[in-house]
Amino acid sequence: MLTLQFIPYHEVSDLDINGKIQKILKSVKEDKIILVEGRLAAQEESELIRRTMEVIDKKFKGIEICSVDYQPRNMLFVDKMKKVVANFLLNKASGMTIIGPATIVKEIKKDPNKIELFTLEKRGKR
Amino acid sequence: MFRIKRHVKLGLYGAPNSGKSTLANRICKDWIGEEMSVVSPVPHETREIIIKEKIHIKRKGKEVSFNLVDTPGIATKIDYEDFLKFKMNAKEAKERAKEATKGVIESIKWLDNMDCVLVVLDSTLNPYNQVNITIIGNLAARDIPVLIVGNKTDLKRSDVKRIEAAFPQYPVVGISAEKGKNVEQLYEEIFKLVR
Repeated sequence: MLTLQFIPYHEVSDLDINGKIQKILKSVKEDKIILVEGRLAAQEESELIRRTMEVIDKKFKGIEICSVDYQPRNMLFVDKMKKVVANFLLNKASGMTIIGPATIVKEIKKDPNKIELFTLEKRGKR
Repeated sequence: MFRIKRHVKLGLYGAPNSGKSTLANRICKDWIGEEMSVVSPVPHETREIIIKEKIHIKRKGKEVSFNLVDTPGIATKIDYEDFLKFKMNAKEAKERAKEATKGVIESIKWLDNMDCVLVVLDSTLNPYNQVNITIIGNLAARDIPVLIVGNKTDLKRSDVKRIEAAFPQYPVVGISAEKGKNVEQLYEEIFKLVR
């Protein structure tokens, strides 16, 4: 059975980079696919990869990760700022990050129009 | 007072098997007449940082010099069983996997040491790969100048336009490091990047 865990932004927004990564890795190592509300910062993503490499072993082979931003590319600066302020006031973040254990998630394919998450063959395509 | 002339560090970053070491060899062969890295179809062939110092590129009577840094490919997962497909025994595969994880860690640590970076993408693959996005995002966060190199343009499925569409805010040059295709344009762009 696949477990999908949603982590709302307010659960991670007050955590520092270590706390955030610890929380994510703990769940992923429990074979859960995580949906984090909001995008991880680039440095958080690279730190997550670095920490993942440190804990790879016979059972844990690493992660599949995909971050998604809802923000249209041609959005005006003023509109971007409005969105930032609104998100700040509502304690929300735009976008989301999907992270799953590599032993379960074979690949997360992303292009501008869709995201596809493929699980390993024995569990079939989702 | 005396000033020590510092050489610019030009890093090669990308996912495993995107052709970083082939490109490193192409640059070195073209400008210093020797190769710097071992190339192989087995992923994670480069598992340590390799530096070739003092490479000089000349364009129209001007010259730039840099130290070229070939880095291990960055991946989010490493499974020793993947190496068994390349005629390795279990012990060798496990050792390679362990070294590969250390290589990824080294590559990430070295992001802070770079002055400018060529992000090498396999132009036959989907550019929206999270590793590409994470590398480019980290370089942007550090204000490190980036040139995206769409490699393997000699292959039928190569699509440099797709890379340009994915990263419209960065210069992109399509090349074949192996065949030497379009490397003159690459050197032109490196010249602008390093200068």
